[in-house]
Amino acid sequence: MKRTVFAYPYVVWMLIFILAPMLMIGYYAFTSEGAFTMENVVGALTNEMYMQVLLRSVWIALKATVICLLLGYPIAYLLSNMKKSTASLLSVLFIVPMWMNFLLRTYAWQVLLSPSGLLNGLLEVLGLPTQQFLYTESAIMLGTVYNFLPFMILPIYTVLSKMDRSLIEASHDLGANSVTTFLKVIFPLSIPGVISGITMVFIPAITTFAISRLLGGGKFMLYGDLIENQFITLGMDAWGSGSALSFILLVLVLISMAIMRKAERDAGEEGGGKLW
Amino acid sequence: MVKKLRNFFKGTYLGLMLVFLYAPIIVLMVFSFNDSKTMGNWTGFSFRWYEALFRDSTIMSALGVTFSVAIISAVVSTVIGTFAAIGLNSMRKRPRAIIENISQLPVVNPDLVTGISFMMLFAALGIRDGYTRMLVAHITFNIPYVILSVMPKLRQSSNMLYEAAMDLGCTPWQALTRVVIPDIMPGIVSGFIMAFTLSLDDFVVSWFATDGIQNLSIYIYSSARRGISPKINALSTLLFVAVVTLLLFINLKSIREEKEADIQRKKLKTKTR
Repeated sequence: MKRTVFAYPYVVWMLIFILAPMLMIGYYAFTSEGAFTMENVVGALTNEMYMQVLLRSVWIALKATVICLLLGYPIAYLLSNMKKSTASLLSVLFIVPMWMNFLLRTYAWQVLLSPSGLLNGLLEVLGLPTQQFLYTESAIMLGTVYNFLPFMILPIYTVLSKMDRSLIEASHDLGANSVTTFLKVIFPLSIPGVISGITMVFIPAITTFAISRLLGGGKFMLYGDLIENQFITLGMDAWGSGSALSFILLVLVLISMAIMRKAERDAGEEGGGKLW
Repeated sequence: MVKKLRNFFKGTYLGLMLVFLYAPIIVLMVFSFNDSKTMGNWTGFSFRWYEALFRDSTIMSALGVTFSVAIISAVVSTVIGTFAAIGLNSMRKRPRAIIENISQLPVVNPDLVTGISFMMLFAALGIRDGYTRMLVAHITFNIPYVILSVMPKLRQSSNMLYEAAMDLGCTPWQALTRVVIPDIMPGIVSGFIMAFTLSLDDFVVSWFATDGIQNLSIYIYSSARRGISPKINALSTLLFVAVVTLLLFINLKSIREEKEADIQRKKLKTKTR
């Protein structure tokens, strides 16, 4: 008996539960009552409200990614310069919050930001007027940054801690100061980590839908909310437009992944190498 | 002096970032012991939300769903995934590449799209039962991760092992269960753990795939949308403590093992001297 037989149950499972559902999205996106049509996709791309939501999602995801990079890079850098034992302990501390369900983490911010929450309580104690923190676009940004920051720290830290220290010493020996060494040696070598950090933050950020609902109170729809709305609220009648929206989201994700891959290749092979 | 100042800033920055990451969690935990229903208003220490939590039948049944789905889906996906990896490993390049690429789809796809595709498929197939739907969805997104963690072990182990076992008189089944599988056990175990945690933590796929039943994530999402209940604080506290204890346990175990290995090595050294 050949060993390939052992894979057959999975192949059947895969065809039914992975391939068929994906084909269904394609089918519903490009047909209307059984006939091929571009109507759904074109409709989704020309609908002004949908496009506004799409732009807002991309914009929020971009801003959150930049903030994560600005906050996360220094953390990764500082960790990589520490003693091995301290660094591994601290890096665990930065990962532990990720072990909490992301809905609970988001819910925690809902509690902090709410009108009767701790942040407003603090303002009251200081004699300042209370603020509307919850249900704003900034609250969504905050929630996104909070949830995905560890995804930025981890890959950069991995690359930086594997970096050959003698390169930095060589740079110093050749007369470069710390700033030049960082800009010309350390940062370029850490680019593979930066790129996978960006990918790991931007893609989940652009497809998220629960964060905006919990912290934005449904006032600031993101693309994920739009898709959820089509399927959960509107039901079967909206499967065509919903599939078209999912298809557009998928294309967007694939494009951003292709861009990151290209950026990684352009950065050259001298970087930190494979990450995980 | 300058160096001290610089170290001070470094420490402060890392400290502030840790505060940013932990403050919400700690506040959540502290207020789970609050007597009052309104957050931000401390009226005294009490366990009443924990009592309410355990008396809440909705939450308890959601907890049951979460854990039973996690265990069953992890077991099933580990079995299917391990056999799939063994089969794939001896396939010719072409079909193998095609299957591996398709099986990467759930890994690459946004969860949202995976969830929606399940929703449409189950409707088309006429699978109504919410529990079955959730289970099938979880098994499906778990299998690729099991394959990913078993495959490297298979590559390390020799292809000849299976044939050698058969030459020595094993049936294919015996060769598999007595020779090949023990050899790749570490990969299977880490695949199982991964599948279990992925299933435990999933929200997005379950939300779309299932209908009529709730796991913990779905319960939290739908009740947090309605407003804040200290019962969820109590629940989060228990879950967080459980996870951290588990992590500590695993880490301590590996540290102790390392130490023991170290001591053994030192003993050997002194002996050889």
